[in-house]
Amino acid sequence: MSDNHLDRDVLNSLQEIMEDEYPVLLDTFMTDSEERLRLLHLAEHDKDAGEMRRAAHSFKGSCSNMGARTLAESCRELEELARRGELDESAQLVARIEREFAIVRILLKSERQRFPAA
Amino acid sequence: MKASPLTILIAEDSATDRMLLSTIVGRQGHRVLAAANGLEAVALFESQRPQLVLMDALMPMMDGFEAARRIKAMAGEAMVPIIFLTSLSEEEALASCLEAGGDDFLAKPYSRVILEAKINAMDRLRRLHQEVLRQRDQIARHNEHLQNEQLVAKAVFDKVAHSGCLGAGNVRYLQSPYALFNGDLLLAAFHPSGDMHVLLGDFTGHGLPAAIGAMPLAEVFYRMTGKGHSLVEILHEGNAKLRRILPRGVFCCATLLNISFRRRMVDFWGGGLPAGYVLRKNGAERVPLVSRHLPLGVLDPDSFRDDYESYALKLGDRVFLLSDGVLEAQNEHDELFGEQRLLDVLDASRDPSRLFADIQQALQAFHGEARDDVSLVEVTMVEEGAVSRPPLPASESQTGPESWSARYDFRGPTLRDYYPLPHLLQLLLEVPGLRGNGGNLYSVLCELYTNALEHGVLGLDSSLKRDAAGFAEYYRLRAERLDSLQDGCVSVAFDVRQQPGGGRLTVTVEDSGMGFDPVAVLARERTAGGFSGRGMALIRQVSERCEWSPDGRRVSVEFSWATQA
Repeated sequence: MSDNHLDRDVLNSLQEIMEDEYPVLLDTFMTDSEERLRLLHLAEHDKDAGEMRRAAHSFKGSCSNMGARTLAESCRELEELARRGELDESAQLVARIEREFAIVRILLKSERQRFPAA
Repeated sequence: MKASPLTILIAEDSATDRMLLSTIVGRQGHRVLAAANGLEAVALFESQRPQLVLMDALMPMMDGFEAARRIKAMAGEAMVPIIFLTSLSEEEALASCLEAGGDDFLAKPYSRVILEAKINAMDRLRRLHQEVLRQRDQIARHNEHLQNEQLVAKAVFDKVAHSGCLGAGNVRYLQSPYALFNGDLLLAAFHPSGDMHVLLGDFTGHGLPAAIGAMPLAEVFYRMTGKGHSLVEILHEGNAKLRRILPRGVFCCATLLNISFRRRMVDFWGGGLPAGYVLRKNGAERVPLVSRHLPLGVLDPDSFRDDYESYALKLGDRVFLLSDGVLEAQNEHDELFGEQRLLDVLDASRDPSRLFADIQQALQAFHGEARDDVSLVEVTMVEEGAVSRPPLPASESQTGPESWSARYDFRGPTLRDYYPLPHLLQLLLEVPGLRGNGGNLYSVLCELYTNALEHGVLGLDSSLKRDAAGFAEYYRLRAERLDSLQDGCVSVAFDVRQQPGGGRLTVTVEDSGMGFDPVAVLARERTAGGFSGRGMALIRQVSERCEWSPDGRRVSVEFSWATQA
């Protein structure tokens, strides 16, 4: 299975790389992403373009590594907006990222369930 | 190829990416240091000194650019490659990475294969840089070592070479401090007779090999001059020694001078150096001293030729020698300075004390820069008493033979082939009371022996030496008669006795010649006062008693001394 929410091939390859640590990587991504989302909301609330750019950049990087392509693409758009200081449409984009992350999170949780709890 | 394990610092603020990257790098066999921001990265670098850094660009606390700059500064000359981890796509941001000292980029998502290839490539670069630094340091160390060796060699050599009398008031010389390593050699020493020996040499080659031969040559020159050996003997010994020890193709172009202040003469032997000159006082005349022999160390002892030329000098006349660094100076058109330009300088130079400066100035004007392989020396003829001679080195020992006598008869061909004075002088210097008087002893012995041989056995008339032509004729006849000498004898007898409060030496020299009327000769010498006589005035002046037999064939001279407390 390969779709734009979560690339199955990427997950397979990550599992191969991480071996026993694979479930920990999944847990780490989910925890880390919740933190990034919190930072995005904060930056949106403060209208802090620099903080938003950094959070979006960092989130984009880990999403691309985890195979969450749509999420990574949305983060890239947000990073670009923040870089240009155009925060007018950012609230909309943050909301889109939040919805997309909810989908990715469900997919990851089911992936996580294939392995014993940490 | 599996690279050898490195310690790699990973600076990445995203926990997921940090974990992923750490695992990939760790699985490749490297030791991983992980930092969540730039500050942590700099601290970890300082304490752990990793060999390679993977650096995220945008991080909280301190960003990757600043951290990279600090790490590069801390690394100093060592190369610590920094690979920026980034999905930055704008050119401007990539340029910032390079400006901060980044060596490469790695885009997200990470690829194991590309990451490994980049780490290996950077490691190769790092090792290459390390090797270059190592070789640079090694070259610097070798160079330092070599310079130290040259300093040591120079210090040792200076001890051997500078025991001479280049500092005498009538000697002017110019030599680069490192002339030795250009193969140039300049030596000067007083002969026990009061004559001065000068050697200007130029060894083939450069550097230490050229300097090596200078040591034995200087040793021969100083030892033999000090003991009273003649120019000819020093030439033979120097040539034989260099020929024996130097490798083929290494030899020494040399000029040797014996300058006699008493006889007002210079003996010149030239082997391969550019012509020197006798420069008459007031620029009246310039007599070239042209090399007629092969350099020292070329011919085997049997083929070596020792014939030299003698020139009378007047007070104020100068003998000027130079090394080939002067004539062989080249300008940017590959032209040589050459002899004519030197002669022009000699012609134009009015003030003798400015001559060296004039030559250097001409060389600089011609060549564009000062040269360090030029050796110049000039000895001025002065009154005999005007040059201060250091006393002969006294022996350490205070004991020696104090009561003995000996007699030597030198006969026939031995008179031609052997110069007995150094041997006789050494014998006398064994006597404690005579040490420190080598100069006077030598002068008297030399005078007595020369008189006995030249005027007695060979029957030469000293009045010939009154002018330059007669001078030459005298020495021509001397050589001719020596060559055909069959009979004849010079006897030298010593009698050394202790007497109350000291001791006494009697020297008796007798020859087989025709004899002369000592009363008449002494009277003539008093009026003439010249150097052409039998040197009797000198003998009488230096010794306490001096007696000729009525037939003039035997002379006895006495020295006495008081025992030192």
